[in-house]
Amino acid sequence: MAKYEFGLYVFMLSAFLGFELIRRVSPLLHTPLMSLTNAISAIAVVGAILVTGDANATPFSKTLGFIAVVASTINVVSGYLITDRMLKMFKKRGPESK
Amino acid sequence: MMENLLPVLYILAAAGFILALKWMSSPATARRGVIAGELGMLLAVVGTLLRFEVVEYQWIFIAFFIGSAIGVPLAYLMPMTAVPQRTAISHAFGALASALIGTAEYYRHTPHGFTMAALVLETILGFLTFTASLMAFGKLQEILPTRPITYKGQNFVNLSLLGVAVALGIGLVLHPEQTWMFPIFSALSLTFGVLLIIPIGGADMPTVIALLNSYAGLSASAMGFALDNKLLIIAGALDGSSGLILSIIMCRAMNRSFTNVLFGAFGQLQTTAAAAEQKPYRSASPEEAASILEAARSVVVIPGYGMAVAQAQHKLRDLFDNLTRRGVDVRFAIHPVAGRMPGHMNVLLAEADIPYDKLVEMDDINPEFPMTDVALVIGANDVVNPAARTDKNSPIAGMPILDADRARTVMVIKRSMSPGFAGIDNELYYMDKTLMLFGDAKSFVANIVKELGVAARAH
Repeated sequence: MAKYEFGLYVFMLSAFLGFELIRRVSPLLHTPLMSLTNAISAIAVVGAILVTGDANATPFSKTLGFIAVVASTINVVSGYLITDRMLKMFKKRGPESK
Repeated sequence: MMENLLPVLYILAAAGFILALKWMSSPATARRGVIAGELGMLLAVVGTLLRFEVVEYQWIFIAFFIGSAIGVPLAYLMPMTAVPQRTAISHAFGALASALIGTAEYYRHTPHGFTMAALVLETILGFLTFTASLMAFGKLQEILPTRPITYKGQNFVNLSLLGVAVALGIGLVLHPEQTWMFPIFSALSLTFGVLLIIPIGGADMPTVIALLNSYAGLSASAMGFALDNKLLIIAGALDGSSGLILSIIMCRAMNRSFTNVLFGAFGQLQTTAAAAEQKPYRSASPEEAASILEAARSVVVIPGYGMAVAQAQHKLRDLFDNLTRRGVDVRFAIHPVAGRMPGHMNVLLAEADIPYDKLVEMDDINPEFPMTDVALVIGANDVVNPAARTDKNSPIAGMPILDADRARTVMVIKRSMSPGFAGIDNELYYMDKTLMLFGDAKSFVANIVKELGVAARAH
């Protein structure tokens, strides 16, 4: 049971840390923030790799794992790229000062 | 040796994600944040590929390739106006991944106890977020009707369905070997996701998208418990709390509660409210609008979803440039729920090269409206409706609004006098100081800019 207890502590602390960090994000950047957190939650790719690459994987679990790797890779790749694409557009000064 | 190194990679990956969110606090450091997030993800993936349990790489790399082949064009070709849709569809992908991994794990190991509880939570959140996000995508892309669809007893049907799904989930935790329950449990979760979004209208999308973001994160976190992987727990918790905060901000900006957004579809009942009486209003041409703007010292532009629909942001940039060159102080007032997702307007205006220090939040700009010469409303409606302050019986009563009505002159670009999403008449349009500018937002702004140009040459 100790293992789960440890996991719950980790969850609790990360959730509070998340609240404190996100509260400081300027509303200006809420859209890029969502695509960034979306890319981060594609960390599910870790689970997907473990399922797909497992030595004892059945064809069924391998197929589901494969789809999961594809889906989370799409999120990782497009999530980070589009966040950066959006952030590049935020400029402080107007066009006159160029 | 290798086995000792791998946990270090995961810890560094978690640190990368935390720094990524920390650096998002300001536009000056945000791009650095993306790099930190990318490095974190790279470490996590490498750390996982090196694990001894992973023996077969062929399918993994094929999947990486397919995922990138879809992901790269998705990121670069997607127009900025379609960002809410893209966000919705990526929540669907993320949630699908969690749900499928949960399913695969269940049939392989049939875990017990706490692990099974985590797996059930992962799967229910994953499946319901998957279909709910697809529905949200359909509504945002306007494949599905954007108006809320309601029927009698809807909440009863939805909640009983969820109740049965949860009961089956508990059944699975108690008796994991009863495999017959799992497909029914999954199917109910999928169906609940669809039913959850059916009654939700376009204007509530910012809250719902943020909430789905949170669910997708929590599902990943639950997966972390099921697989005993701390990195998944941390990343999922960060994402979960982020989505939750954003949806709380959105709810507060509409003065509504979660339950009200999810179960209290409004907008259909009030459509007939004040339709009958014809009140007088004043309208103006682009020339008149141009001369008023030219004479102004300070202008506050209030964009709404209508600006996004009309793609008027680039023309608005021309107007901004033109007026700024004449010494007019032009700023943009951004309501938290303007548009279809949190921060939607900011991204569109940034795309049009409007400097972000001219984009002002509601609480900062509201005290300045009485000193503002012109408030120019473009495609916004409910967020400037004074009824929210004055009429206790209004469906939007108590919602914080931009005080456009306190500016010296108000101009509203609008297609017609028809009421907005909430179906509520807007008394702002009938005020003596208000001028209605009828037409398409993009071409009307373009006409104003043209008139300003003519006037400049005539001087």
